[in-house]
Amino acid sequence: MNFDLDDDQREIKNTARDLLAQRSRFEQVRHAAEGGGYDDSLWQELVALGWTGIGIDEDHGGVGFGVIEVALLAEELGYAVTPSRFLANAMAGLVLSNAGSEEQKRRWLPGIASGEAPGTIAYARDGVAELVPDAEGAAVIVLVESDRATVVEAGDATIETVETIDPTRTYARVTSNGGETLDGLLEAGLDRAEVVLSAELTGIAQRALELTVAYVKERKQFGQPVAVFQAVSHGCAEMFLETESARSATYGAATAADSDPENLPFAASIAKATAAEAALRVTRKAIQLHGGIGFTWEADVHWLFKRAHLDASQLGRAHEHRVRIARLAAGLGKPLEALS
Amino acid sequence: MDLTLSSSELAFRDELRAWLVANHPGPVPGDDYGFEWRRDWQRKLHEGGWAGVWWPTEYGGRGASLIEQAIFSEEITRQRLPSPVNVLGIMLAGPTLMVHGTDEQKTRLLEPILSADEIWCQGFSEPDAGSDFANVQTRAEKVDGGWSITGQKVWTSIAHESKWCMLVARTDPDAPKHKGLTYFVLDMHVDGVEVRPLRQMTGQAEFNEIFFQNAFVPDDMVLGDINGGWGVAMTTLMNERSGLAFGMQVAMRQNLDELVEQVRDRGLIDDPYLLDRIGGLYARTEVLRLTGYRGLSKQQHTGVPGPEGSLPKWMSAETNQAISELAADVLGADALLQDSAWAYRVQRSRGNSIEGGTTEILKNIIAERVLGLPRMKAGAAT
Repeated sequence: MNFDLDDDQREIKNTARDLLAQRSRFEQVRHAAEGGGYDDSLWQELVALGWTGIGIDEDHGGVGFGVIEVALLAEELGYAVTPSRFLANAMAGLVLSNAGSEEQKRRWLPGIASGEAPGTIAYARDGVAELVPDAEGAAVIVLVESDRATVVEAGDATIETVETIDPTRTYARVTSNGGETLDGLLEAGLDRAEVVLSAELTGIAQRALELTVAYVKERKQFGQPVAVFQAVSHGCAEMFLETESARSATYGAATAADSDPENLPFAASIAKATAAEAALRVTRKAIQLHGGIGFTWEADVHWLFKRAHLDASQLGRAHEHRVRIARLAAGLGKPLEALS
Repeated sequence: MDLTLSSSELAFRDELRAWLVANHPGPVPGDDYGFEWRRDWQRKLHEGGWAGVWWPTEYGGRGASLIEQAIFSEEITRQRLPSPVNVLGIMLAGPTLMVHGTDEQKTRLLEPILSADEIWCQGFSEPDAGSDFANVQTRAEKVDGGWSITGQKVWTSIAHESKWCMLVARTDPDAPKHKGLTYFVLDMHVDGVEVRPLRQMTGQAEFNEIFFQNAFVPDDMVLGDINGGWGVAMTTLMNERSGLAFGMQVAMRQNLDELVEQVRDRGLIDDPYLLDRIGGLYARTEVLRLTGYRGLSKQQHTGVPGPEGSLPKWMSAETNQAISELAADVLGADALLQDSAWAYRVQRSRGNSIEGGTTEILKNIIAERVLGLPRMKAGAAT
């Protein structure tokens, strides 16, 4: 047993951290959020680095790494709040890889892996999915309803862009006008997507923690840094506990996906419930501990809070995952339905 | 990253499992502390070579890796068996003696720890030296051939059964707080030692107070240097928080499984509100397990437990308390009648966030030593 990243994994994480520190600084996130849109050249760079195909097998145009490697990239993109369709595309790729027939995989996975025909995924009710990330510009959309999934090409869906509280990413309402069923291992695909989503949430929490720790060391009141007050420092310790909990749950579920799939449903729901709650609590606390400045548009913590909310709403909310965890522990059936 | 057990870890687990099945001593006696039963159980473990899994082979231990130590705690709890009765000797005194003891001290003291012939207790905390441990007031005065101890210790588990006490006392009252302390190995059977049981809120007396009135410790039972006791005590305390979370986490999972059965018996198993709360606690228990293993992986590289070790202690205390509170909320009388298993847990778990470092102190450790936040100067509060 070894819970440390291996050399390749550390290399992937460090490369991502370094690249995004240049290409996804807060002023660039702000530019995108204030109407500038996504940076196409960054997308081309991610494609060239092989990131879009990292979790897709080589037979379908990908690189063939595991869920853990996809998760490490998602964590760094969350840390940088990068405006990018990476996450939606990666989640769609994992679901299609597991739930698609061979023919469906051959049709859609190469475009997802190359970034030329990207995908996205969302839960739907009565054929309508709200808050679908990056549906605009997607070539293929997976819609999950109850324990059944369909895949539609963009031309067979109505895509209405919506404005959410998170302007760092585009979202749309999608109404399906057709599509075909995915008859493969849907739960296996969704659970892998949940792990990657949890990784982005973990990165968001990590960034909010670091911004806050740096701020409370700088900010002085009563003649000393506010960090000396335990109401503040204990708040930071709580943010650390939440962030590390999210990371433990996410890495645990990623390794379950890659080497202990029997335990994946339980582990994936624990990851999503834990990471979503953690990112929300940590980003709320980050705003609070930044004081007045934290409530301004000029500060950057609000991007993290907003992204955390939209991510938390995807692929089953924390409450639904906790119910699923309990149902799995109690040996009750049909756990997927708890999520729809 | 690989969370599966290696072939040698699997072999360790399977050998232990087989041994535990073949040598299972039956259910733990319920009503009293069952001390002699527990001593016999440790003797049996020792005969099988399992009492000192933590210890290097040169001292009669198994030389197990950190992961194997965690497996040991998990497996023994899974069989609903207690850890060895001389846990303070094995976990704290032994490792401290190995680092700071003379050859004579090691030869004299280590073996009887594993055989449970000599039980150890820990004389650190005092009424005015809890979280502020450096404020120890118990005095040691030089006398012919040794030291004379006068003062009081508190929260001392199994003192009444102990042969030896790890005792920290002040040898230089004029030195700064941390620098005037010395670490002694005190014979609990000498004149001038009085043990009084301390009844806790559960009604049981798991702890004691010890009063010393000119109790004698010979020179050869000083551990480390005179006035060097702080550093020796840190070795003891660093070992206190590692390892224990693994048994806790398994017991918490068992308690949750028990609660699920009771919820099912009451026909409440489809209540989404209850399922939400139960699922959240399974999640926290699993996150504790994973966080514990992450810490061990790191410690295998660095060699010493880091300040992150405070995290599992903090998490396990809060989660264990939350499980008991949920049981009380859901089960009512069945968790509140004094003879129910839950009634004990509801009460006992309040101690979890105090014993072995309060949660407030753990937050300070994380804030200062992990996050690098400045600490308030003593007396600077406005």
